[in-house]
Amino acid sequence: MSTVYAISKRELTAYFSTPLAYVFIVIFLALAGATTFYFGGFFNRGQADLQSFFSFHPWLYLFLIPAVGMRLWAEERKSGTIELLMTLPVSTTQAVIGKFLAAWIFTGIGLALTFPIWITVNYLGSPDNGVIFAGYVASFLMAGAFLSIGSFVSALTRNQVIAFVIAAAACFLFMMSGLEPVQSAFRGWASSFVIDLVASLSFLTHFDAITKGVFDLRDIIYLGSVIGVFLFANVVIVDIKKGS
Amino acid sequence: MSVMLDIRGLTKTFGPFTAVDDVSFSVSSGEVLGFLGPNGAGKSTTMKMVTGFLPPTSGTAIVCGADVTRDPIAVKRHVGYLPEGAPLYEDMTTAGLLSFAAEIRGINGAARRSAIDAAVERLQLNEVYNQPIGTLSKGFKRRVGFAQAILHDPDVLILDEPTDGLDPNQKHQVRNLIAEMSKDKAIVISTHILEEVDAVCTRAVVIARGRKVADGTPADLESRSAYFNAVSVRLHPNQVDNLKNALEGIGDIVGIETADVAASSAHVIVMARDGTAIVETVNARLKDRGIAAQQLYVERGRLDDVFRQITSGAGDAR
Repeated sequence: MSTVYAISKRELTAYFSTPLAYVFIVIFLALAGATTFYFGGFFNRGQADLQSFFSFHPWLYLFLIPAVGMRLWAEERKSGTIELLMTLPVSTTQAVIGKFLAAWIFTGIGLALTFPIWITVNYLGSPDNGVIFAGYVASFLMAGAFLSIGSFVSALTRNQVIAFVIAAAACFLFMMSGLEPVQSAFRGWASSFVIDLVASLSFLTHFDAITKGVFDLRDIIYLGSVIGVFLFANVVIVDIKKGS
Repeated sequence: MSVMLDIRGLTKTFGPFTAVDDVSFSVSSGEVLGFLGPNGAGKSTTMKMVTGFLPPTSGTAIVCGADVTRDPIAVKRHVGYLPEGAPLYEDMTTAGLLSFAAEIRGINGAARRSAIDAAVERLQLNEVYNQPIGTLSKGFKRRVGFAQAILHDPDVLILDEPTDGLDPNQKHQVRNLIAEMSKDKAIVISTHILEEVDAVCTRAVVIARGRKVADGTPADLESRSAYFNAVSVRLHPNQVDNLKNALEGIGDIVGIETADVAASSAHVIVMARDGTAIVETVNARLKDRGIAAQQLYVERGRLDDVFRQITSGAGDAR
């Protein structure tokens, strides 16, 4: 546990020692604000809730989270520091979890810094703060799911740009799997069971359910399992690729 | 002298390519083992397996009783490792990196403070203590990597080309450090700089194309040289022919090489058969014929010569 903590701490410090951290947070906050007010019609809706705020998060995460995750392993392999890290008394699992947690905490900091919008909506009306809390939980879990994909993809390559592009594409597929473009690709040949299965993998479906305040354990388990599966795959890939 | 590191039949293949082929040797505390070989011979791959970074295809390494294939974490605790090129987190400061390494190794509180201070002291890193590693010179980076490796006072120290890219003063410093630490540790250094073997190693293992081709003290290796016990004579150039005549008929001499001829001095090397001691015979003949030598000494044998001979020989055998 203390090993995971040490790795996370180092990794988190590394984020803040480069401009990436500040660029990410500023852009995330600016875009979260802009989408809420301009596209989401926060004021025009005349409702004291944060639906218009949360509904754009998946789209922001789509390109921001891969940018956070891309360096996790690609950079270690490119600079050779993976050899330093993995010859310290550290297991691959500890390293993968430590790094993932650092990146997740980092996005959590970005998410927490959107608190003014929560204050705003509470000032303007009396929203259901339970639903808002659920929204934050859903958003944080979704960021974690995206990040686990990003971390996994980052272990596949030494090139951060490739890691970014592939992770963004993979996240996009996962997001869209419940929607028409992806569904129609399956409809021609796959059985309805497969189509339903693919649809049930959609991030959006599960995310929307939680942000509407429907706290279904299955949605939480779903996002949690995505994280688990991709981190497990991440461990396997790091072990396979570290020597090459 | 107890065995700290025991390498048993270590083999690593990458697809059809065998990088390390059944290499075995052991290192005891107090020994400094020079691990030699041409580039691409498998030195680094062997070290990566011993330090638990790469899993061996077959064979294993036992470090202080821990088997690297069964319990790599235990092995990593006993080993201090300086990877080739000393990769470091460039965005961290020296202080940050050492503190991270100490934390991962479970050195906490006052012990961490004193472990870091001792390593910083030993490698003279005070002036760069709070600088980001990315801004440091190559020599300092290497020393930070070294400090990281000795932080936990490991029983086994594995250094992959520790002096590569350092200036002569820094090389000297690092060698002194290795010699100083060798008392109670088993140290393995890989290098292709042969003078280093003479300078610090008590034993040398040579590998070529993944196979171990020699294992012995530096003196053992030198004695395999064609130049071992050869006699070097410097004398006036017009005496060279006299010398050759004088030495005719001595059975233990297999050849006479004229190395370089300048206006006032020529260098002649008299080669001995299988390293037989010929200096006395040569000296006697010179006196006999009244040939005045400016200088006369016995060659120790040349490591680079032996190195070339055994490492290219292994290639022919395949």
